[in-house]
Amino acid sequence: MSVAFCGLELAHPIINGSGTFDAFAAREAFGAGLLDDFPFAAYVSKTITLAPRAGNPPPRVWEVPAGMINSIGLPNKGLAGYLEDELPRLAGITTRGHDPGGELRDVPLVTNVMGSTATELRELVEACERRVEIAAVELNVSCPNVETGLDIGADPDQLRAVVGELRDATAKPLIVKLTPNAADVPACALAAEQGGADAVSLINTLRAMALAPSSNGTAARPWLGGTTGGLSGPAVRAVALAQVAAVAERVGIPVIGMGGVQTGAHARELLEVGASLVAVGTESFRDPAAGRRIARELQAQRTAV
Amino acid sequence: MSWAPATASPERRLLEVTANERLGAYRLVKVLDPGGDCAPGQFAMLAAEHGWGGGEDERPFLARALSVARHTGAEAHFLLEDVGPGTRRLCELQTGERVLAVSPLGRGFGEPQPGRRALLVGGGVGIAPLVILQDRLGGSTRALLGFRDGERARAAELMLDVHLATDDGSVGHRGTVTELLEHELDEDPVAEVYACGPGPMLEGVRALCSRREVPAQLALEAPMACGFGACFGCVVPARDGRYLRVCVDGPVIGAHELDHVGDHAGAPA
Repeated sequence: MSVAFCGLELAHPIINGSGTFDAFAAREAFGAGLLDDFPFAAYVSKTITLAPRAGNPPPRVWEVPAGMINSIGLPNKGLAGYLEDELPRLAGITTRGHDPGGELRDVPLVTNVMGSTATELRELVEACERRVEIAAVELNVSCPNVETGLDIGADPDQLRAVVGELRDATAKPLIVKLTPNAADVPACALAAEQGGADAVSLINTLRAMALAPSSNGTAARPWLGGTTGGLSGPAVRAVALAQVAAVAERVGIPVIGMGGVQTGAHARELLEVGASLVAVGTESFRDPAAGRRIARELQAQRTAV
Repeated sequence: MSWAPATASPERRLLEVTANERLGAYRLVKVLDPGGDCAPGQFAMLAAEHGWGGGEDERPFLARALSVARHTGAEAHFLLEDVGPGTRRLCELQTGERVLAVSPLGRGFGEPQPGRRALLVGGGVGIAPLVILQDRLGGSTRALLGFRDGERARAAELMLDVHLATDDGSVGHRGTVTELLEHELDEDPVAEVYACGPGPMLEGVRALCSRREVPAQLALEAPMACGFGACFGCVVPARDGRYLRVCVDGPVIGAHELDHVGDHAGAPA
């Protein structure tokens, strides 16, 4: 079931969504063996920013029908901390292919970065280019441009320009993680391709809000410390399917599909509408081994056909 | 059983419910967990195998984090109060049903410092990790337990050498468990406090122990999606300005690491 993706060989098509799996914390909870049989065929880091970020004040999560809203705020050690401390410890993660035999394979590392200016983004991408441990770079463009105030990823012209300015900063595969909070997502995907992206990934979480439970007439206030957050889980699966299908139709580059995938059947739907890989996020919160379970289910379906 | 945290399997395990007993206002749910190990203060992420979702407001969706109240080596026990769609479903579990479990997780309590007596302070359904802790400490480890009323105070039957407080005065001291703690520390201040309960109670314990310079280990609760450090949802601010993840940096956190214990009442449960 191994798959080729932008020049990389993956053991199977299931990877993690950025910011939904912490390999270090998982190793502590589940033992060192986790890194020798990693649930995913590639490991996408949480979003790395130039400066360290503490993240949003709690509360950060809220359960909704068939899903959750998170407002985590991209906590990370900053670029220097990531490169010095985390990246060396991530090298050497392996997974098992789900072909008969299931031999061990290296898990390519994808580093997800976010910057609020083209200069910041360039510095992040150039730093990734210099590190052999990093197999590919994913741009989180669901972030306001501090110069224009617009979400970089929501405006096709801006997105094309930003990706275009970065393109020559790395020879590694450049993946653009699209925001679903845009008027015309396929137009944004096409703009990313025109800017030079090697692949696009979608969907990111949908902007959402929850109110704190009110007691005897107190004024409504947002529950999440960050006021709004991102909706994920099976609640967004049908939205993801529509957006992935529309994007795959519009672009010629590979598409990583994600959004509410809980089973091999859900993954297959995204593959059938044109995704090359499928990412799992929220389901890993409910089932830490969801990545490899879904890869196995997908393989079983293919064998049965 | 040891004090060192036991490691969980990343694969969800299906554990069979062997009993669901009423304990006043609470339920004590027992599940088969043969060969299981668990340090006091560790917890499980639990979801019913069937009927998880489609309840009130089409929830629950996420598994629920529950302290292991007791582990016999063959069975794990959980103390439950119906306070939301997830805990309601778990309270309704029938013998023979199964739960999906990821456990044991987190860092539990540490051994008391030499020369200090352990003093257990619990509130409401939060007494759960103190039950397994008292099992571990053995002997006569005093437990100060506070409840809203007499029905909830029935959970004190799970422990020995209990001094009770209730809000309505129906059993034991009328008032807070923090008042009992103050009295205990007046009598003998050479103690190490182990506490678990609602946020405001833990904050009272933290502040008192800080004033009296008594070490305290607090088992915290926070809205949590995953339980193993993936979601970064369950953070609490530490004294040094960092955020700690309750699931992997805790749930037991030294009181000296915190300036304040927040209140998460109202979180999906």
